[in-house]
Amino acid sequence: MEGIIYTGVPSKEELSACPGIPSEERMNRGRVACIECVQEIPCNPCEGACRFGAITIGEEITRLPVLHEEKCTGCGVCVANCPGLAITVIDRSFSETEASIDFPFEYIPLPAEGDLVDAVSRGGEVLCKGRILKVKKSKAFAGTAVISMAVPKEYIDEVRSMKRLPRRTASDTAGKNGKETI
Amino acid sequence: MEVYRTDIAVVGAGSAGLSAAYQAAGAGAKVLVIDENRLPGGQLFKQIHKFFGSRAHRAGTRGYMIGRELLENVTASGAEVWLDSLVYGMQKDLSLGVIRNGKHIVVKADAVIVAAGAKENYMAFPGSTLPGVMGAGAAQTMINVNRVLPGERVLMLGSGNVGLIVSYQLMQAGAEVVALVEGAPKIGGYGVHAGKIRRAGVPIYLSHTIKSVTGNGRVEKVEIVGVDARWQQIPGTEKTFEADTVCLAVGLNPMTELLWMSGCEFCFIPAFGGHVPLHDASMETTVKGLYVAGDVTGVEEASSAMEEGNLAGIGAARALGFLSEEEAKRKLAETAERLRTLRSGMFGEGRRKAKEQQLEAMEQYRAGTAESMI
Repeated sequence: MEGIIYTGVPSKEELSACPGIPSEERMNRGRVACIECVQEIPCNPCEGACRFGAITIGEEITRLPVLHEEKCTGCGVCVANCPGLAITVIDRSFSETEASIDFPFEYIPLPAEGDLVDAVSRGGEVLCKGRILKVKKSKAFAGTAVISMAVPKEYIDEVRSMKRLPRRTASDTAGKNGKETI
Repeated sequence: MEVYRTDIAVVGAGSAGLSAAYQAAGAGAKVLVIDENRLPGGQLFKQIHKFFGSRAHRAGTRGYMIGRELLENVTASGAEVWLDSLVYGMQKDLSLGVIRNGKHIVVKADAVIVAAGAKENYMAFPGSTLPGVMGAGAAQTMINVNRVLPGERVLMLGSGNVGLIVSYQLMQAGAEVVALVEGAPKIGGYGVHAGKIRRAGVPIYLSHTIKSVTGNGRVEKVEIVGVDARWQQIPGTEKTFEADTVCLAVGLNPMTELLWMSGCEFCFIPAFGGHVPLHDASMETTVKGLYVAGDVTGVEEASSAMEEGNLAGIGAARALGFLSEEEAKRKLAETAERLRTLRSGMFGEGRRKAKEQQLEAMEQYRAGTAESMI
C-alpha cells in the first residue's frame, strides 16, 4: 500500500496535497525550500528558523507548515532545523544539465567537496551519482550537516539524500589527529 | 537509623522528576531528588536526536542538550540530587526507604513526587533468550551513553517512535539495520522518523513478526513471518535474515511499584501502557501529598513528561504554601496549555483522550469520597 503510514515514504498524492511543496513554476526559477511534512505532528522549529517569514504554522503546532514560496530565498537555514529531516532546498536551474539539492545528513564519515556519491530516493534506492558541491557545518545546525549535491536534472524530483559512506576502520583513522564530528 | 527531612522528595531524576524539582525548589521549597542510576537525566541523555514540540519545549534541540540545561537549572535552584540511591519502599505516611552508599536512610517529606518512568515490554519467541536479543532502549543506552555497539547487523521489531529512532541511531553509530518488522498493518511512529530509515535503505515489513531466532550461543539468524488481521502467523510467508542483534521496541509500561505501596487508586488505560494512578490537574493522586509525573502516569514522551513534572512541582509547592494560590493557578494554566498542544494532532489525540479519561476517573473518585463522607 502507498502512503507514509505504510511505507515511510510520502505518496505522490500526499506530496501534491502538502502545503510545504513549492509550485512547479517556483521550482524552475531557482533555489527554494521543499518541505515534505505530510503528517500533523506537534512540531514547529521550521517556522522560527525562517527569517523571511516564508514558513508559517501558527498557534496550533500540529498544523502542517505552509511554504510561502515568494518569500523563500532558498537560504536553507530551515534544512538543519527540521527535527524530522524533512526539508531540502531544490535548485532546478543549477545548470543546463544538472539540478542541485541541499539535504540534511547526520552520518559520519561526511563526504568531501567534489566526491562522487550514490544519490538515493526517498525509499533509499540508488538512482544516480551525485557530485558533492559543499558540506555545510555550523554551530547553529546543532550537529546536522547540510550537504549540497548536484545530480542530473531528470532525477531531481526523486533524489532526496545520499547513501551512507562506509564506516572508517581504526586503521583508516590511525594517522589522523582527533575525531571527526559533524 | 538515619532520618533525612525535606519539604519535597522527588523519586526519579529524569525529564519529569528534574522539572518537578526545578519548579518546587524555584518556589523556595527544600527539595531532594533521588535516583537509582549513577547519572541523572533518565532517558534524556540518550536522546541524541532533535526534539519535536514547540519552541517552548526546546524543539529542534537534541534531547541530551535539554537534559544538560535542565540539570543545570535544577542545580542552580538549590535542589539536592542523590544518585546511585535506591528507593525501595514507601510507607502510608509517605516516608521513603532509601539505600544510599550501602546505608539505609528514611526520607521524610511533606510531599512526595513519584516520577519513576517506565520500563520496556518484552516479547517471547523461540530464541528470545539468546544473547543479542535486547530491548531497543537497552541498545540505545549502549550506543549513546556507553558508546558500545551491541552488534553489526540489527533487526528491529516495532515501528513506534522508539523502534524508528533507535534504528536510525544504530546506523549513526555504525551498525546496519537489516529490517524493521512491525506486527500491525501500519507504521506506528512519526512518518518523518520512518522516512529517515527508509532513505538509509532499511526495508519495513508490516504485518510481520519474529517467528524464531537461532544461533550457536548467540543471535545468528532471524526468521520473520507474515501475520493476518488476527495476528496469526501465515505459513509460507517466512523470510530469513542474517543478524547478530535483535532489538525489541514493543512498548513500555509505567513503573508503578512504589505507587501501589502507597495505596493510591489506579485505573486501567491500555493506551497508557496498563494500570496508571488517578491524579488531578496538579498531578496529586488519591493519597494526599503524593504527586506523580511523567511516564509513570501513563507512557507518553519526554516533552509531556517535563510539562507534567512542572505541574507536579507547582502543585506540591502550592500545597505546602510556597506558592500563592493565584500564582500557582496562573502557572498551572500556562503549563496545561503547553501540554495541550503536545496532545493534539493525529498522534496526540489518543493520548489526549486517555488523559481525559484518567482525570475524569479522579473527579469521580473525589466526588464519590465526598459523598460517602456526608
